[in-house]
This record gives sequence, C-alpha cells and structure tokens, in this order.
Amino acid sequence: MNNETKPFSFKVPEPTSRPGDEPDFTGMDIPAAGSVRRPDIESSAEDMKDMARTMVRVLNRDGTAVGPWADPDLSSDTLLFGMRVMLKIRAFDHRMLSMQRQGKTSFYIQCTGEEAISVAHQLTLSPGDMNFPTYRQQGLLMAQDYPLEKMICQILSNEKDPLEGRQMPCLHSAREYGFFTLSGNLGTQFIHAVGWAMASAIKGDTRIASAWIGEGAAAENDFHSALVNASVYKPPVILNVVNNQWAISSFRGIAGGDHATFAERAHGYDIPSLRVDGNDFLAVLAASNWAVKRARRDLGPTLIEWVTYRAGAHSTADDPSKYRPKDESDAWPLGDPILRLKAHLISLGIWSEQRHIQAEAEFSDEIRSATKEAEKSGVLGEGSSRSAMFENVYKEMPDHLVKQQQELEN
Amino acid sequence: MTSMTMVEAIRDGIDIKLGEDDDVVVFGEDVGYFGGVFRCTSGLQEKYGKSRVFDAPINESGIVGAGVGMAAYGLRPCVEVQFADYIYPAYDQIVSEAARLRYRSNGDFTAPMTIRSPCGGGIFGGQTHSQSPEALFTHVSGLKTIMPSNPYDAKGLLIAAIEDDDPVIFFEPKRLYNGPFDGHHDRPSKNWTGHPLADVPDGHYTVPIGKASVYREGNALTVLAYGTMVHVSEAAAEETGTDAEIIDLRTLLPLDIETIETSVKKTGRCLIVHEATRTSGFGAELAAQVQENCFYHLEAPIIRVTGWDTPYPHAQEWHYFPGPARVGKAMQELMEVA
Repeated sequence: MNNETKPFSFKVPEPTSRPGDEPDFTGMDIPAAGSVRRPDIESSAEDMKDMARTMVRVLNRDGTAVGPWADPDLSSDTLLFGMRVMLKIRAFDHRMLSMQRQGKTSFYIQCTGEEAISVAHQLTLSPGDMNFPTYRQQGLLMAQDYPLEKMICQILSNEKDPLEGRQMPCLHSAREYGFFTLSGNLGTQFIHAVGWAMASAIKGDTRIASAWIGEGAAAENDFHSALVNASVYKPPVILNVVNNQWAISSFRGIAGGDHATFAERAHGYDIPSLRVDGNDFLAVLAASNWAVKRARRDLGPTLIEWVTYRAGAHSTADDPSKYRPKDESDAWPLGDPILRLKAHLISLGIWSEQRHIQAEAEFSDEIRSATKEAEKSGVLGEGSSRSAMFENVYKEMPDHLVKQQQELEN
Repeated sequence: MTSMTMVEAIRDGIDIKLGEDDDVVVFGEDVGYFGGVFRCTSGLQEKYGKSRVFDAPINESGIVGAGVGMAAYGLRPCVEVQFADYIYPAYDQIVSEAARLRYRSNGDFTAPMTIRSPCGGGIFGGQTHSQSPEALFTHVSGLKTIMPSNPYDAKGLLIAAIEDDDPVIFFEPKRLYNGPFDGHHDRPSKNWTGHPLADVPDGHYTVPIGKASVYREGNALTVLAYGTMVHVSEAAAEETGTDAEIIDLRTLLPLDIETIETSVKKTGRCLIVHEATRTSGFGAELAAQVQENCFYHLEAPIIRVTGWDTPYPHAQEWHYFPGPARVGKAMQELMEVA
C-alpha cells in the first residue's frame, strides 16, 4: 500500500502566451483537410466518439474542397451568397465599431473571424426553425437579409429601435427570422433551445431548434441543464459550442477546455458530437447539414464544437492587448474564414481579386447609406420614449406601474 | 360542488387545464409516473399521456429553463419545483429569463408559464423543506406571485395562473394541503371536510389574480396575511376575542392595495403576519404601502409578526413558527395603544 503524500499544489491553467510573448499554437492538433471520416447520420454517440477529438475540415491550403465532407453538389450560388454575406458582416462590424467610437452607440460586439459559422449554419436551416443565439451570431440574421436599417436602429437605441430602447445594442430579437431574444446572462438560452425543441416534439412538429453558446459560457450550469435534458428527451436540437479561444480575458482552459475538448462533453450524455474547423465555410455547411438531417429525421440532438478564434476584442468595452499577444490573431493556424473561402471561389473560377474588392466597396456603401438613414431616427437613445420603459413588463400594465409611469410623467 | 383537500383542488385545476388546452404541459421532479411527492399530479400522466405529464431530471434551472423555451414555442407549461427551498438553482432562469422575455423582446417572445412550489414549514422539514421565499419573487418585475390559503382559491387561482400570459410563481403552503392548519401543532390535526372553502365547484372557474379577499370581517384591527397565516390569525382572533378583520392577500403581486386600504382606514390598526423571515420580507413592503396610503387613519404603529431572521430550524420548529400565541399577543398589544 502506498501511503505517500505531499503538500498539494493549486493549479490554475495558463494560456501558452501572454502580451509580449510569441503566439504559440504548436500544441494544437490540426488534421489535414479531408482526412476525417464522415459517419452515417444514424450513428450513435458511442460509434463516433473519435469525431470529438479531431476536426472536420474540407478546404485545404490550396483552397480545394477535399474528403468525405466535401459536397460535390454544392452550388456556386450558395458559395457566392455565403461570401457576400460574410463580406457584408465584416463591413457592418467595421462601421458599427466606428459608430461606437463616435459616441453614436453605447456598445458593440463584433464577430470578426467567426463569420463562417453563423452564416453557413443559417443556410442549412429552414423557415420556422429557431435559433437561440449568443453574442457574435449576427450572421444568422444577415444570411436572411434582415433589414440593415432596422438592425442599426436597434444598435442606436433610437426612435425606430424595434425593441424601443429597452435592450443593449446587439441583443436583437427577431421571431420572424427564427432569432430568439438575446440574453446578456450568457448561457441561459442553451436550455431554452432544448425546451423549445421538446415542445416541437411534444406537438409532433417538424421544426428544429439551434442553440448557441461560447466555450466560456459552456462552464455555466445551463450548459449541463441543456445537455442532460437533451440526453433524456432526445429533442430535435443542435447544440453549437463556438470555441473562439477567449472569454473576455479568460482563455478556454479557464472553462475547462485546455486538454479535453468541448465536443467530448457530449459523450457523457450519450449525445453524438462533432468537432469542426469553424473558419472553413464548407466544413461548417457540411457539419451543419449533417446535424440538421439527423434532427429532421427525429434522430435527436447533436453537439458541434466550432473551433475558431475571436479575432477582435470581446466588445467595445474590452482591450485584448492587455491579456494576449497583439499578433496572436495573425498566427491563428486556421486562418481567416473570408480569405479561405475567397481562395476556394477563385480556384473554382467564380470569383476574383477584383470582384472581391468591388464587393467590399459595395457593402461599405450599402452600410454607409443604411447608417445615414438610421441616424435620421436618432443616435444613442435619441427618440426613445421614456414612458416606453413601463410597457411590456406585463401583458397588461398593473396599477402600481400605471402609478409609477404617471409619477415619472408629472 | 365537491368537498376537496387543497391537494385535490390543485390536481383538479391542473386536470381541467390539461383537458381544455392541448398546449398545457406538466412536468417536474417525480410528477409523472408517481404523481408528485405531495400527490398534486397523481393520475394525470395516466390520463393525459407521457408527452403531457412527465418526470424531469433533478435540475430546477433546467425545469424552468426548458419551460421558458416551451413557452416561447407557444405552450403553457405548468412546472413543479418540488420544494420552494429548491427553487434557488432556477432563480436566474426565473428572474433573468421568464420574467424578462416580454420586456427585452418588446413582446416578440413571451413566457406564459406557471411555476408551482410547496412552501412553508410545520412538517419538521428543517431549513431545506420549510422556507417561504415569496419576497425574492415579489421584488422581481415581470413576475406575478400567488399564495392561496384554501382549496377553493387554490383551484381558481391556479387555473387563472395557467391561463395568464405572464409567468406566475404559485406557492402552495404544504401545511395546508390536507387541512386548515391554525398553528396548534399539539392538537389533533383538522381536515378540510366541512370547511366552507373546501367546497369546490366542479369544472372550470377562476379566482382573479391581484384580488385579495376579506376572509373574516371585523372592526377592531386589520390583519394582512396569506397562506397558512390566514388560519393562524383566525385562531388568534378567536382565542383573544379580538374583532379582527383578516385580509387574505391571495396574490402578493400585483397587490390589491385597494382592499387593504379600505380595511385599514376602517379599523385604524394594522397587523402584518407572515411565516417568512422578517427583514426585507414581504411584510416590509406591506407596512410601507399601508403607511403611504393610510398614515392619517392609523391609530397605532403597524406591527409585524413573522418567522425569526434565522434559517428554519428543525427541533425548534414551533419556536420559529409564528403561531396563534404570538399573533394573539400582537393583537392585544395593538389594541392597547390608546
């Protein structure tokens, strides 16, 4: 019997590099594009455990789509549409950041580097399906041509803000677009998606839910709530974990994801999972399609870990140079989703450097004019009705709120 | 009209809504096959099937969170949190989500759901099966909070809660489930048989949310109470011979200040009784509102009789519980002020 003991050491995970260090992603295991198998959609979680420790990738270094996840029937129209939406989002984010610096909005959250995930995923969903988004999924709306001006009015909290100034910028709600109201209490929506999908199953419906959470918020108990309920009732839900490496200043290790992957967490719940290159538009499309098909055939939930990198700051209230190397984004080994799709489109002969530049200019113009139009309804809360703060607390305003509203007005 | 216990009345209310509305679903820990640890859903799974009435994992945030998602889909979940003491893991889902969907989405998404939970002590449940956390919910905008004191109100209020388009917290004093408990724990327990409010109409009816009832008319002083304390106050009034008017609040939020005001202006004296801890309890809100609305009619300072500011103890349960002796003494004190 070994009774050896020693004083304990307290362990706090550290990222490989901090400001001033060389970025270091050498520990990241990246399989060659096309090298990972594509399981049958009827596979059990047990049968595809290997899929959680590898990475589904389709686009190789030359921009060619290779391997079992490459879809030979993918149309040029879909690819070009995806490219255009990603460019539009990037231009939009750029513009909104400067609006914040000009004091026209209080806050903005960019999704730079993560555009492929929400855009390609949305292309696999159907009208009536419901996303339960977190931060950085503006692509779900943009991919459906959500009106730009309306989106900007929400961000400016102005007279035409569809949420009447009650909600922080970027925390949109758009039921008609299958976009659930965003919560700033990150993670809470993960179980809502499962509940929504349970309802869809209870009613014998055919609509599916798609849940979104970041790797940081995957530490929240709502993540467990979602997985345990998804495991028990097997509802038609896709559980997306966007692993962008950083939760404000905390690297993925602080969420328990330094060595074990987030995809592996599904195994304990008997939920099939995939780990996917989130900066590979074609891989996102293929994996999303795989999970959507499973859900539609009533085969239950799928968890997908999207491996990506938060290229920008967490929000306009954050400065990442304080906690990670400034050039870490450039060293990110999975590259930039727009540049990777661009190379693919050029290799297919359906895109060019010139068209790319043209498209960038086009979106920059479109967003500039949408912004100008939106600004006519006010900036930073201008035009919002103070009385509106009492509306929609309840369906019908109770007497005590009527009195308080009168007190404010008099 | 059938004589029912509070358990039977609650079950009947849920049964009626399950039968009337295909969008009503009922779930929680042990509520399906077994019918709930207090039997409030007994027989309902058998009657309506497993997709309408089912067991949930021991995960209160998940019970409420899944309910929010279902409600956003268009269902009307009526979920059970097995003990009010277990509701805290679900607090974020209730406060930040259920209560806020309508507001933050400007009516785009709503959460019409009922969260039922047994509360209160008197069953030797110690600190984890006895609490009355109603004030944690009346403090939250977007919620309605109810606590019935008898079978008639329980059924009517529960049906109203399930039909309400906003989230409702529905606390059920567990000590009242099988009889009108007056706080005399050392006497044989009474059952609901013969109590006028145990006569429950068959079929659908509602008791309006936001309306108090005058449980006992009187002229000497006003007692503001709800749940078990209605019966304790009644016993105290009878035992001290006080001509007390007892207002059963029934709904805590929205509060029926009108009924309270009418009574306090009539009697000029106000006693507030609740089982929950005192500091920042709902009694503090009641005292503030009585003062704001009735100050010039008050002939004596407002008195509160409540549980002590301690966790609910086990062996000392009956020293903690604000029974008829303490309430009666407060009534006498209130009457002694010239």
